[in-house]
Amino acid sequence: MPSDFTISLYVFVLAGFLGFELIKRVSPLLHTPLMSLTNALDAIVVIAAIIICGRHESKLATILGAIAVAAAFSNMVGGFLITDRMLRMFKLSGRKKQ
Amino acid sequence: MTTLATQQLVDFAYIIAIALFILSLKWLSSPATARHGVLAGEIGAALAVATTFFNPELVEFRWIVIALVVGAIIGIPLGLVHMTAVPQRTAMSHAFGALAASLIGISEFYVNTPRITKFGMIEIAMEVIIGSLSFTGSLIAAGKLQELLPQRPIVYKGQNIVSLSVLAAAVVIALVLMEHPEYTVLFPVMVGVSLLFGILLVTPIGGADMPTVISLLNSYVGLSAALLGFVLGSKVLVVAGALDGSSGFILSVIMCKAMNRSFTNVMFGAFGQIQVAAAGAQEERNVHSATAEEAAAILGSANSVVVVPGYGMAVAQAQHKVRELFDVLAKKGVDMKFAIHPVAGRMPGHMNVLLAEADIPYDKLIDMETANSEMAQTDVALIIGANDVTNPAAKTDQGSPIYGMPIIEVDKARTAMVIKRSLNPGFAGIDNPLYYMDKTLMLFGDAKAFVGDIVRELSGGGGH
Repeated sequence: MPSDFTISLYVFVLAGFLGFELIKRVSPLLHTPLMSLTNALDAIVVIAAIIICGRHESKLATILGAIAVAAAFSNMVGGFLITDRMLRMFKLSGRKKQ
Repeated sequence: MTTLATQQLVDFAYIIAIALFILSLKWLSSPATARHGVLAGEIGAALAVATTFFNPELVEFRWIVIALVVGAIIGIPLGLVHMTAVPQRTAMSHAFGALAASLIGISEFYVNTPRITKFGMIEIAMEVIIGSLSFTGSLIAAGKLQELLPQRPIVYKGQNIVSLSVLAAAVVIALVLMEHPEYTVLFPVMVGVSLLFGILLVTPIGGADMPTVISLLNSYVGLSAALLGFVLGSKVLVVAGALDGSSGFILSVIMCKAMNRSFTNVMFGAFGQIQVAAAGAQEERNVHSATAEEAAAILGSANSVVVVPGYGMAVAQAQHKVRELFDVLAKKGVDMKFAIHPVAGRMPGHMNVLLAEADIPYDKLIDMETANSEMAQTDVALIIGANDVTNPAAKTDQGSPIYGMPIIEVDKARTAMVIKRSLNPGFAGIDNPLYYMDKTLMLFGDAKAFVGDIVRELSGGGGH
């Protein structure tokens, strides 16, 4: 049975390569929304923060966890919101007159 | 339901979330499908967050809910900022992401500290060091972009040695902690030193290098999330972190290539100090300047116009006036396109977003290679608030600090017009020979006001 570290390393390497392939295909036009979208996806650390905050292991862990939940969740909400706002603005010539 | 079954259900939901994240990035490849990508990401994130509440380890929900509400209260306004504030907003969200990752790492240390393994300690230390330095580094970057801090590089003698010693100190403390995890008092010192390193790392970097810095910080934040996944054994964090990290990394590489510089040069080169030598060798050179009326006449009779926007357009908020120019020229049958240099502005893709906000159709935005291949057939290249990315010295003058940087070759166009406040060299303090060429017309004034004047001349003249 491989160790947890080994499995994580497998996952990391594969996801890294997948990331390269996916991001390479993103048009330079959309590099700003790309960054805000990946920020929002990265905010998935909120699920770890929720567990730290709600496990109630120590007062310190609960406080740090709560701050982490707020910080990560603000990224998640704000990141998706602004990405969608930006993408809504990208229009083709044909559709410029509403 | 048994605990085991619940755990499996949670894991299953996480796998679906990850698949949706991957689809989300895949759909971002083209503007046509990009909004589906956001939706996929949102569904994945919502699914992951919702199922986490079923985690059997959770005993207390009150603080989680309060923190989520606080997060939403902070996040919604940050999602609604004006488009010109997007670079600093992005830097702030890097800071929040790094803060969350390092706080989780810190609390893992204190929860596990008596029985932490050597290996576990390395993982936590790496995670917390990278998270902390990205946190303060991103805050400094945001401060510079918001102009709360000076945008010019702040440098002093022996800076790199000081900065690297601080980083080395953090690493040494981490190694001591690995051998002696019982010296818990060293842990906050390590965090403090890493926070300091983040400040030292970004303070000397000038505003013009922000696209690279912001991408690099992006990749650090992703890396810290992935490392957190290692610490917690959470594969969903490993995948999300790896995706974010590779995205930031690719963008940094693109930015560095677009400036013909290496990572080390950007991070430790303190680019943008005023060149003393160049200032001394200044001689009287002829400059042709033109009024809005003259500029309007030339633009109105052109067949093709390429606009090269830069950070100056963003500062002057000129993009909406530029859109008016686009409309009035379109009515006259003039083909107007926008040539976007990869490092124009303060973050990757900055100009595209500003122009899209001003309702410029995205098929009119062309990249540097396309622009350069069409430049010889272009009647007018109109440079608005861009400087170094159009500087022919990058191709011809081996002594120039930007020699070798790919530029938009506006000097190949039949006429080049430059809207500029004065002849002062730009941010990097590098003189631009373009301004003294015979085919160049300097349009002195504020970008927004000047484009407005041209539009007035063109619409007035068009009516007869």
